[in-house]
Amino acid sequence: MPNQESRDNPAFRMSRRKMMKGVAAVLGALALPEKDAPASVWESFFQKHFREMSKPELEKVLARLEKEYSEKYRKAVKVRATPPIEGVLYGYGLDLSRCIGCRRCVYACVQENNQSRDPQIHYIRVLQLNKERGVDLEDAEHYYNPSKVPEKGHFYMPVQCHQCESPPCTKVCPVQATWKERDGIVVVDYNWCIGCRYCMAACPYGARHFNWKKPGLPAAEMNPETHYLGNRPRPVGVVEKCTYCIQRVRNAPGRYTACVEICPVGARKFGNLLDPESEIRYIIENKRVFILKEDLNTRPKFYYFYAT
Amino acid sequence: MPMKMIWGFFKGTLTLVAKGSRAYYVWVSCLLVLIGIGVLAYIYQMENGLIVTAMRDQVSWGFYISNFTFLVGVAAAAVLLVIPAYVYHWKPIKEIAVLGEMLAVSAMVMCLLFVTVDIGRPDRFWHLIPKIGLLNFPQSMLSWDVVVLNIYLVLNLTISVFILYNLYHKREPNKAFTTPLLLFSIPAAISIHTVTAFLYNGLAARPFWNASILAPRFLASAFCSGPAFMIMLFQIIRKYTRIEIKNEAIFKVAELIAYSMFINLFLLGAEVFKEYYSNTVHLAPLQYLLQGLKGHSDLVPYIWTAMIFNISAFFLFLVPQTRENYVTLNIGCVLIFIGVYIEKGMGLVIPGQVPDTLGEIYEYAPTGIELLVSLGIWATGLLVYTLLLRVAVPILTGEFFVGEDGVKAVIVDTEFIRRADHLAEQSYRD
Amino acid sequence: MNRDRLRHGYVPGMAAFFLCLAVGVTPAAPLQEKGKAAKPRVASAAERQFAVPTPPFTPGIFPCSECHKEMKPNPTRRELKDEHTNIVLNHAQGQRWCLDCHDISNRDKLRLVSGEKIGFEESFRLCGQCHGDKYRDWKVGVHGKRTGMWNGEKQYLLCVHCHNPHDPGFKPLTPLPPPTRPENVK
Repeated sequence: MPNQESRDNPAFRMSRRKMMKGVAAVLGALALPEKDAPASVWESFFQKHFREMSKPELEKVLARLEKEYSEKYRKAVKVRATPPIEGVLYGYGLDLSRCIGCRRCVYACVQENNQSRDPQIHYIRVLQLNKERGVDLEDAEHYYNPSKVPEKGHFYMPVQCHQCESPPCTKVCPVQATWKERDGIVVVDYNWCIGCRYCMAACPYGARHFNWKKPGLPAAEMNPETHYLGNRPRPVGVVEKCTYCIQRVRNAPGRYTACVEICPVGARKFGNLLDPESEIRYIIENKRVFILKEDLNTRPKFYYFYAT
Repeated sequence: MPMKMIWGFFKGTLTLVAKGSRAYYVWVSCLLVLIGIGVLAYIYQMENGLIVTAMRDQVSWGFYISNFTFLVGVAAAAVLLVIPAYVYHWKPIKEIAVLGEMLAVSAMVMCLLFVTVDIGRPDRFWHLIPKIGLLNFPQSMLSWDVVVLNIYLVLNLTISVFILYNLYHKREPNKAFTTPLLLFSIPAAISIHTVTAFLYNGLAARPFWNASILAPRFLASAFCSGPAFMIMLFQIIRKYTRIEIKNEAIFKVAELIAYSMFINLFLLGAEVFKEYYSNTVHLAPLQYLLQGLKGHSDLVPYIWTAMIFNISAFFLFLVPQTRENYVTLNIGCVLIFIGVYIEKGMGLVIPGQVPDTLGEIYEYAPTGIELLVSLGIWATGLLVYTLLLRVAVPILTGEFFVGEDGVKAVIVDTEFIRRADHLAEQSYRD
Repeated sequence: MNRDRLRHGYVPGMAAFFLCLAVGVTPAAPLQEKGKAAKPRVASAAERQFAVPTPPFTPGIFPCSECHKEMKPNPTRRELKDEHTNIVLNHAQGQRWCLDCHDISNRDKLRLVSGEKIGFEESFRLCGQCHGDKYRDWKVGVHGKRTGMWNGEKQYLLCVHCHNPHDPGFKPLTPLPPPTRPENVK
C-alpha cells in the first residue's frame, strides 16, 4: 500500500479569490491600453470594422482621425469616406510601347498617398525587361539606375495593384480587413487589419506592402486631403497598397490618379470600364491589351497594351 | 462539492509543480530564464515593429511561421499514438497516449504563440473571434486554422484532463465520454495539418506551395517528427519514473515513422521530378532550395543536411536491427526531428517566396531577435509539457490521488525524477 | 508642371479659340489643284472643341509676321543660314522643309495639305495629317499626357507641348532613384 500520508505542503498559501484576481489583472493589463491613455486610444481599440459602422459612428471616427492627424502633422487634415460613384468600375491602361522607366509615377504616388519615406514604401515597382525575352519576370531588373532611360535593348513595365475582379488577397484575409468595393477598388481598413500578411503571400503581383516599422512621414510632405480607405497616414503593423488614388477618383468630377497625371510620356490611362466612351474602353477595343499572369484567373482591371 | 474537489486537485497540482528534484528545479529555472529572455526580445519587437526581424515585403513570412508550421505537425502526431491505442485496443500504448495528447497541447500552445508574435497588430487579436470580431470563415484558410487549432487544443486538453482527473480519483475514465472524443481527435489531428497545408496550397501566387502534393507531404512529415520526440521522451519517462512502457510500443512507433518517412521521401521525389523534368519557370524556387539561384544559395547546405538526416533516419527506422537498438534508434530520432524541422520549416516557407512574385530574390535569414523570441516560445512549450508531465506522471503511477475525504489531494512523494530501481520495493498502483 | 500651364493657359487658349472663330477660315488657293479652284474644307465643330493651352512658343518669336511682313518669301528649298539656324529639322527632313508646314504668305499660320490655313493653336490638325493613328487616339484622350478629370471636361495638350515639331523624338530622361533593396530597409 502506498504511503497514505499526505504531505500537505503547499509551496505558497493563497486563496482562490486572490488567484483569480491576479490572473484577471495580468490578462487585462496585457491586452488593453493603459488606463490613463487618451480616450482616443480606447476608441481606436474598440473601433468597429468600417463596413459595420453606422453613419454617425463613422463620422465620429473620421472626426477623431482628423483631429489626430491634424495635431500630428500640424496642418488641417481632411479624412473623407467618399462612397463609390454609381455605375463606375475603374480600369487602368498601361502602354508598354511608351514607358521609359523614368519612375516619376513612383514618386508622384508616394507624395500623393502619404507613404512612409523611412522605411521606404513604393506602391509602384517599375521592372526593366529585355526586349528579346519579353515579359519574363524571372529576368526583370528592379534596381536599374543608369544615367538616362530608356536603355537600349530594354523596355519597362511598371507593376502596382491591379485591383483584380477576383482578388486572391481578399479571399484569404482572416478578418475581412480587405475587400473589393463596388467601384472595383480593393481597399484595406487600416484600423481593422491585424497584420498577419496572408494577403501579401496571396498577391501574385507583389502589390501589397507592410508597415514593418512606424511609418516615417515628414509633416511638410504630408498630403492633407485623405480618404479613410486610401491615403490617410497608416499605423505600424498593417498592410497597405495602391487604391487608384481613391481620394481623387471618387470626387465629382473625379481627378486622375497621381501616376496618370505625372507620366511625362502619356503611358498611363485611366477611366470607367462601364462607360463605352471612356479612354480605357477605347484602348480595349482598339489596342491589344494583355493581362499579367492571366493564367491565375485574378481578372485584373489593369491592362497592359502597346499603342504604337 | 465538485468545486471543492476540483480545487483540491488544483491545489495538489500546484504543490506538485512547485516541488521536485534538483534536476527538476534546474530544468525549470533554465526554461524560465529562456522564457524571460524571449519575453524581453518580444517587448523589443513590439516597441520597434517587425522591422527588427529580417522579414520584408519580398519575404513576408519567415522564421516564426516556419516554426509554427513544424509544430502543427508535431501536434498532429499525437494521433499516431491514439490510432493504434484506441482503434486496435493495444495495451502498451493506451496509458501513454495521454502523454502524446499532452504533447499536442504543448505544441498547440507554441503554435498559437508563434502566430501571435508574427502578426503586426497582436492588440487586434479580438478581430479573429467570431461574432465579436469578424472572422472570414469559411473563405479564408487562416480562419479555418484559427477554428481547428483552438478546437484541437481544447479537445486534447479536455481528454487529457478528464482522463487524468478520473485516474486521480482512482476510477476508470468513462468510456462513453472518452471514446467519442478520442475517435474525434483522429480526424481533428488530420484536419489541423490539412488546413495548415491548405493555407499554403491555396495560394496560386506561389507556385512552390500551390501543389496538390503539399497536404499529403505535411501529414507524412508530421507523422515523423512528433513520434520521434515521443520515442525519446518515453525512454526518459520509463527510466526515471515508474511508468512502464514496453519496448514493443516504442519499436512499433518507430516502424510507423519509417513508413511515414518513406511516403514523405517518395512525395519529395515526385515534386523534384515534376519541377526538373517539366522545367518551367516554376522550377526556380526548388532550384533555389536545392542548388541555389543566380548566386544565392544560403539554404542549400541546410536542405541537404535535412535530406541526409531524413534518409539516414529512414533506414535506421526501417531496418529492424537498427530500429531495435536504442543507440541507433535515438540517433534516428534526433536526425529525423532536425531533418523535418529544416525541411518543413525554413525549407518550405522561404522557397515559397523566393523568387518573389516579381522575380526578385531576397535571401532571408532570421535575426537575433527572431531567434531569441523563438527560443522563448520553445522554452514555453517545454515548460508547459514539463508541468503537465509533473502532474500526469504521478497520477499515472498512482502517487498523486485524491485522499479518503474525497477532497484533499495526496502526494506520495514530491520528487519528480527518481531512479526506477529505488522504487522496486514499492508496489505500483494498488 | 503642365497643370500650372494649363491653369494659366486656359484663358488665353479660350481667347485664341474664339478669335479663330471670329476670324473664320481664310480660303486659300490649293497648291496642286488642276482645273477649277476647289473650296477648302471648313474645320468641323468637333475639331474646334479641344481646349488646349497656349502653344509653347519661344518667347518673343510670335507673331512671326512682325518680321516676315516686310520680307520677300523665298520658296526655294534650302538650309537656312541667316535666321532660325537653331532649328535643325529632324522630322521627315528628306521629304519636307519649312514651307511645307509654315504658310509662305502668312507666317502666323500653318498650312495643311489641302491648302487650308490654320492657327498654331490648331497645330494638331497639321500633325494629324501624317500621324492619323496618333491623332485619332489623341482626340479620344488615349494618346499623350493625361491631365484634368476622368469624368469631367477633358483637358488637352497640343502635340507640340510634348513633341518639338522640328525634332519630335523624346530625349532620354534621368530616372528617379531605384527603390531601397529589402536588405537595406532598416
